[in-house]
Amino acid sequence: MSQSFEEISAQLKKRHRRSARMKWMTMGALILSAAFLVVFISDMVVRGWPAFQQAQIQTEVSYNEQSQKLPLAAVDEDVRPLISRGFFRPLPRRMENNPALMGTTQTQWVIADSRVDQYLKGNEDRLRPADKETLQALVEEGRAELKFNTTFFTTGDSKMPELAGIASAAIGTVMTMLVTMAVCFPIGVMTAVYLEEFAPDNKLTQIIEININNLAAVPSILFGLLGLAIYISFFGVPRSSPLVGGLTLALMTLPVIIISTRAALRSVPDSIRHAAFGVGCSRWQVVRDHVLPVSLPGILTGSIIGLAQAMGETAPLIIVGMVAFIPDASISITGASTVMPAQIFTWASEPNSAFAEKTAGGILVLLAVLIFLNALAVWLRNKFERRW
Amino acid sequence: MNDTTLQNFQTQQDSPTASESAVRTSYNEAPTPNKGQPVTRNESVEENLSVRVRDLSLWYGEHQALDDISIDIFANTVTALIGPSGCGKSTFLRCLNRMNDLISSVSIKGLVEMDGHDVNARGMDEVALRRRVGMVFQKPNPFPKSIYENVAYAPRMHDMVSRKADQDELVERALRDAGLWNEVKDKLHEPGTSLSGGQQQRLCIARAIAVRPDVILMDEPTSALDPISTATIEDLMDKLKKDFTIVTVTHNMQQAARVADYTAFFHLGEMIEYNATKQMFANPHTKKAEDYITGRYG
Ligand SMILES: Nc1ncnc2c1ncn2[C@@H]1O[C@H](COP(=O)(O)OP(=O)(O)OP(=O)(O)O)[C@@H](O)[C@H]1O
Ligand SMILES: [Mg+2]
Repeated sequence: MSQSFEEISAQLKKRHRRSARMKWMTMGALILSAAFLVVFISDMVVRGWPAFQQAQIQTEVSYNEQSQKLPLAAVDEDVRPLISRGFFRPLPRRMENNPALMGTTQTQWVIADSRVDQYLKGNEDRLRPADKETLQALVEEGRAELKFNTTFFTTGDSKMPELAGIASAAIGTVMTMLVTMAVCFPIGVMTAVYLEEFAPDNKLTQIIEININNLAAVPSILFGLLGLAIYISFFGVPRSSPLVGGLTLALMTLPVIIISTRAALRSVPDSIRHAAFGVGCSRWQVVRDHVLPVSLPGILTGSIIGLAQAMGETAPLIIVGMVAFIPDASISITGASTVMPAQIFTWASEPNSAFAEKTAGGILVLLAVLIFLNALAVWLRNKFERRW
Repeated sequence: MNDTTLQNFQTQQDSPTASESAVRTSYNEAPTPNKGQPVTRNESVEENLSVRVRDLSLWYGEHQALDDISIDIFANTVTALIGPSGCGKSTFLRCLNRMNDLISSVSIKGLVEMDGHDVNARGMDEVALRRRVGMVFQKPNPFPKSIYENVAYAPRMHDMVSRKADQDELVERALRDAGLWNEVKDKLHEPGTSLSGGQQQRLCIARAIAVRPDVILMDEPTSALDPISTATIEDLMDKLKKDFTIVTVTHNMQQAARVADYTAFFHLGEMIEYNATKQMFANPHTKKAEDYITGRYG
C-alpha cells in the first residue's frame, strides 16, 4: 500500500526539524571558534601595536672633544634624562669613525628613554615631575612624538626595552628552519616514497608505519631531550646553534612530512600507476614522472604545515639552549642564536612592563610569518594542482 | 528458529547445491580446448604464433583464479576473451604482460611464451616485456599531461626518438593510427583528460601503439563508451591488426563476432572452448559456450 503525500510529509517534518537543528548547532560551533579567533587576534593587535611605535625626541646634538670623552654632554642637560642611554653609548665610536662630524652641532631625532615611551603611550608614569614638564613642553613644540619603531625590526635583544628588537630572533628562526627543511624534506619524502611505492606490504613495514604515526604524537619536549643527548652530548654539535635547533626540530617534523607525503602519494589513483607500468616504466620512472608530479601540491602543503608547526615550537629549543640572550644577529649556523618563539618567551618573563608590548609585538610578527607560510601553502597547492 | 539454526540454514544456502556441482562436472567432461589450439583454424590466411600459453594456473593467495589455461595466440589477429564476470579474463590478460606482478598475493604456475622466451623466466625483464606487450585498460586512464605528452612520453623514455622532429612525427602517426588526429591536431597541448571518454580511450590506444609493441592487450576497451565511439574503436582494431596482435576482453557478443578472428570462452578460471570466431558462434562445441553465447547463461 502506498503512502499519500500527507502521510509522508508528517514523517518528514520530524526529520527536517532534526536536520535544521543540526545545521544550527554546527553553525554555532563555527561561530564560536571564529569568535575565539577574532578575540585572540584583536587582543594581540591591541597589545602588540604599541611595540611598533617608539617615542623619539628632536634635540641638538653637539659633536666635540668634550662629548667624545663624556657622551652625556652631547645634549642639553634638561633633555638628557629623557633620552635613551642606548643613544649615548655608541657616540664616541661614531665620532671616531666619522671625523667630519667633529665640531658640528646637529638637530636630530633621537630615541627616547623607555619611561618617556611608556608615558607617551599612556601606560605608566615613572618620570620625575621636572622631566615631565620638559617633555610636556617638547610635545607641544612637536619635538617629542611616537614614530614608527624601526629599531624593533633591525636589532636583537637588549636589556633596554627601547632598544630590544626581533631581528636576531627572526634570523635565527630562518636559519633553524633552513636546517630543518634541508634535513627532513628529502629524508621525509624519500621515506614516504619508499613506504608507499617500493616497500612490500609485510609485518616489518606495518610496524614501521605504526611507529612513525606514534612518533608524530610524541610531546615535542622529548625531541628536545633527544636532541640534547644525541647531537650535543654525543656528536658535539655546538649548543644554542641553529644547527642543533634545526636538527632537533627535524626529528619532530620528519613524521609529519612522512605522513602527509604518504597521504599525498596514496591519493594518486592507481590507474595512473597502471598506465605508466603498462607502457613499460620502471618503478622509479612511475614515481618520478607520474606519481610525484601529481602529488607535489599535497607534499608541499604538508611540508609547509610541518614547517609552520616547527617554527612555533619553543620547548625543545629551550632544552638545546636556544633561549640565549642574543643582542647581535649573527648568520652562522654554529653560532649562538635564538628563535622568535624563544625570544617571545624571554620577553614574557621580563619583570619590566615595557617588555609586555614587545611580547605581543613579537607574537604579531610570528603570526604574520605563519599566516604568510600558510598562504604560500594554499597558493602552491592551487598552482600545481592538476585535474586527471 | 534460534540463532544457530538460522546460521546453519544460511550456511547450507551458501554452499554449492548438488545440482550446481553436477553442472560443474559436466564442463570438465566437455572436450578439452585442443591443447591450446583452436578447434578450427582460419585457413584463408597464413598465421604465425605470437604468444603460446601452456598449463597456466594463477592463485590470488589461496583463491585459484586460473586453472590450467593453454592457448595459442596468432600474430596479426584479434582474439576475443569472453565469459561471465569473475571468470578470470582480466587476470589472464594481465599474465601476458606481467601486470599481475604488481599484486603481491599472486602466484603463477605454467608457461607463457613469446618469441620462444618464457615471460615469467628469471632473466625476463618485465619492463622489456611491457615494451613489446602494450595494454589498454577498461577505464580510459590518460596521464595527467598534455595530449602530446601522453603519446610522446613512452617513446622518449624508451629512447626511440632523439630529435624533436622525429618525436612530432611519431606522435602524429600514433594519433592518426588511433583515428584521433583530426580531432586533436589543434589542441595537442591541452590536457589529455579534457577529451571525451571515447577520445580518451583512443588516446590510450595511441599511447599504446606509439612504442610499436607486438601485442596489444585490451581489457573491455569499449565498456564505458557510447555506440559511436565503440564502433570507431572496433574499426580501429580491425585496422590495427595489420601491424599488431590484439587480445581483447569483451562482454558484448556482437562485438566479439564483429571484430575477433578467434574467440576463447572462459568459465570459472578454466578455458572451456577456443575456436575461430565464426565456428564458435555458428557451432559451439560445448553446451556451456552455447548457453553463454546465446544469452541463456545465468
Ligand atoms: N587483485 C585481486 N586480488 C584478489 N583476487 C582477485 C584480484 N583480481 C581478481 N581477483 C579474483 O579473481 C577472479 C577473476 O577475476 P578477473 O578480474 O580476472 O575476472 P574477469 O573475468 O575479468 O571479470 P569481469 O568480466 O567482471 O571483469 C575473481 O574471482 C576475482 O575475485
Ligand atoms: Mg575484467
